[in-house]
Amino acid sequence: MRKGKDYILFNVIGYIFITIIGLFTFIPFVMLVVSSFTSENYIINHGYTLIPKEFSLSAYKLIFQNPQRIFRAYLVTIVVTSVGTSLSLFLSTMAAYVMYRKDVRYRNALAFFLYFTTLFNGGLAPYYIILANYYHLKNNVLVLILVPLFNVFYILILRNFIRGSIPDSLIESAKIDGAGDFTVFLRIVLPLSKPALASIGLFIALNYWNDWWTPMMFIEKQSLYPLQYTLYLILSSVNVAANILQNVVRIDMPKESLKLAMTVVATGPIIFLYPFVQRYFVRGITLGAVKG
Amino acid sequence: MICSITTKEWQKLKKNGFWYEIKKNKVLYAMFLPVAIYYILFAYIPMGGIVLAFKEFNYRDGILFSPWNGFKNFEYFFASGRAWLVTKNTILYNLAFLAAYTVFSVACAIFIAELAGKIFKKFIQSVMFLPYFVSWVVVAAMMYNFFNYDYGLINTLIKNIGGEPIDIYSNPTYWYFLLPMLYVWKWVGYGSVLYLAAIMGFDEECYEAAIIDGANIFQRIFYITIPMLKPTMIILILLALGRILRGEFDMFYQIIGNNGLLLDYTDIIDTLVFRSLMQVQDIGMASAAGAYQSVLCFVIIMLVNWLVRRYDKDYALF
Repeated sequence: MRKGKDYILFNVIGYIFITIIGLFTFIPFVMLVVSSFTSENYIINHGYTLIPKEFSLSAYKLIFQNPQRIFRAYLVTIVVTSVGTSLSLFLSTMAAYVMYRKDVRYRNALAFFLYFTTLFNGGLAPYYIILANYYHLKNNVLVLILVPLFNVFYILILRNFIRGSIPDSLIESAKIDGAGDFTVFLRIVLPLSKPALASIGLFIALNYWNDWWTPMMFIEKQSLYPLQYTLYLILSSVNVAANILQNVVRIDMPKESLKLAMTVVATGPIIFLYPFVQRYFVRGITLGAVKG
Repeated sequence: MICSITTKEWQKLKKNGFWYEIKKNKVLYAMFLPVAIYYILFAYIPMGGIVLAFKEFNYRDGILFSPWNGFKNFEYFFASGRAWLVTKNTILYNLAFLAAYTVFSVACAIFIAELAGKIFKKFIQSVMFLPYFVSWVVVAAMMYNFFNYDYGLINTLIKNIGGEPIDIYSNPTYWYFLLPMLYVWKWVGYGSVLYLAAIMGFDEECYEAAIIDGANIFQRIFYITIPMLKPTMIILILLALGRILRGEFDMFYQIIGNNGLLLDYTDIIDTLVFRSLMQVQDIGMASAAGAYQSVLCFVIIMLVNWLVRRYDKDYALF
């Protein structure tokens, strides 16, 4: 392609714009990590900086000195995330497959049955009272799995993905060979939907990992606090932070860097998932389009 | 119920009957069952709970048997003077979010699509996606890191060059600008991927023909890319308009919390409902505000969809 003046000008503007956006999204993360390794004294005297001056591990030491609560929170989060994500992904894809099958006459009615829940709901108050008082889900670990379990849009995206990437003839020939509907789903649809499963799975896992709302609403027992909620409690009050760290109230507690170190600890693992699923991202999100 | 019918009776049933269809695809319908049961329990039954807005709730009688009190809850909600305030805040903030988000996502997508330098683009896209991965709890920690009055980076910089530090947590006007910025920061990576994918799907020939006709890159963007992005933009904006009354509770709650100084400027319906339910324990007010939100939201979706159908059927949501 010829590279005229317009092309050069466009690239200059584009690079400047994109770089600024990139810096804006990246710098807060750098700051977070750097500050968590900076000594408390330095922060109090000089404020947060981007370049580390006085390196210190004291915040992390404090967290891992009495790690029971943190490990407990990790355990809750990991169990809830893994159980919830696999359950949600399997059942969502199964429902998507049913709505994709052209021989299911009520498939559109089923889709509307799901879609309607996004148009209208009873509001927070009935939801809370029904879950807490009628289903007795308060202080029950199940609530952490059940509340974020399904997302209508993910189910519809999965359906559109299956529709767009798996030919009907494949299903028909499998049925002629004697496979039942469930076997077709398990042996053909599920393996062929890997790109969509990877990206939707990541979205679901993120929802679980980052969920602080459900525990705030429904969990009062400390042993069931997941990571993000623990983090929220620490951030909202340093005294709570001391409490959570097994009552090690110390005068020289690094309050500021402690908060940030805790944030890093709570964020770390899920970000490492990203590179593994990134290549599926664009395909997974968009093949499903957005239309119900 | 189905099993009690004999085969002969089955044959008598019309081929297009309801039970015939269910029986024919019973495995498939059974496979849909888990999701169906979930939505009945966690969406449709709570939907019925909207009657709570017309009741004086007490825990002993529950939702079904608590006494009716007509429109008292609503009267109270509207008389509190907050109804109009939170409605206005919710709608205006969400419109600002939507506008900023769409402009930045489309701009990023176009630049990423047309710029030279593959590795740089891949890298920057990954970076832009980072905020998508963290919770608002973490964002709140970062905000603190940035804007804290005593130690925050911005104020450290201002102090270093001899300026007067700013305290955003007691100064409401900053938030009109900050919150949309924060929203863009969090979602621009995701938005740009959506639009980028749409651009990737465009027909190359259009562009080639335009190049032969002598169109420069700006003309190609304004006369080909942007018009062709219109359907995607309309669909995404429509979906967002449907949620215009349910705006980003996570963000408002985590970033602002219950800061009394900011509340009048940043209170939205969701935060009001949450406060009345969990902190003030005012279930009447919470149900009335929630019902008001749901009904208004439903009306807006229907209205928007109806308008779009009149304009162009293909763009409508349903």
